[in-house]
Amino acid sequence: MPALSEILVMILLGVGGLFCLLAAAGILLLPDVYTRMQAASKAVTFGATTIVLAAALHFGDAGVVARCLLVCVFLFVTIPAASHLIARAAYRAREPLAPETMIDELAEHTDRRR
Amino acid sequence: MKVFLLNLLLTALWIASTAVFTYGNALLGFAVGFLVLWWLRPLLGSTTFFRKLPLALWFSLLFLWEVLKANLRVAWDVVAPRKLRRLGVVAVPLDVTTDFEIALLANLLTLTPGSLCLDVSEDRRTLYVHEMFVDDPEKVRRQIKQRPERWILALFR
Repeated sequence: MPALSEILVMILLGVGGLFCLLAAAGILLLPDVYTRMQAASKAVTFGATTIVLAAALHFGDAGVVARCLLVCVFLFVTIPAASHLIARAAYRAREPLAPETMIDELAEHTDRRR
Repeated sequence: MKVFLLNLLLTALWIASTAVFTYGNALLGFAVGFLVLWWLRPLLGSTTFFRKLPLALWFSLLFLWEVLKANLRVAWDVVAPRKLRRLGVVAVPLDVTTDFEIALLANLLTLTPGSLCLDVSEDRRTLYVHEMFVDDPEKVRRQIKQRPERWILALFR
């Protein structure tokens, strides 16, 4: 019978792996660059964070835990900034939105500025 | 902020005097420091620290819950045969004004699956957000204003 912490590590690893898989599926299946950025950035943040937490829990050593927490902090600070910039660059380069997009309130604003 | 630093100092003192270098002990030291400062409130002048620290913890929990919920929703939409998504770019009028607050709001929104910040207007009054579930643009605006933006206003004003 495995210990409670081992079960928790297994659950976290499983959830993290599943979300990374779903992110990969999202990149293949979603219709345009913006939705793909969403899948690529958010599901991966969540998946990577859970995997890192599993590592922290498994080793339980103060040094490892500190580094794992730092990794989480950097993930949470850098991934949104990067995905925001990529999406913004795509929009400026007039990368088309998917045809199923219902509404674009930014179009008016950028056309005026150009 | 000054009181927060004092609390960290008390935590360091606690760790040094107990000589137990673990995370649990650091948390305990912070809690003891918080109680001591709470007791010394009349000496500290006017401070919002005691109101804001519990608020910050509570908002972090709420935020994690939102992230989890939205992640499941997006993940389901990727694999589900019948798509529920309604894509759209929505303009959100901002109540937050400083660069720091706008950056924080944009970061929180981008971390929430289903929304991705595209741009800020040049006068910094409007944020343009790509949303995956736009049933009604008004509803999206209301949700952003009521959750993350209200949290930021409560913490930094």
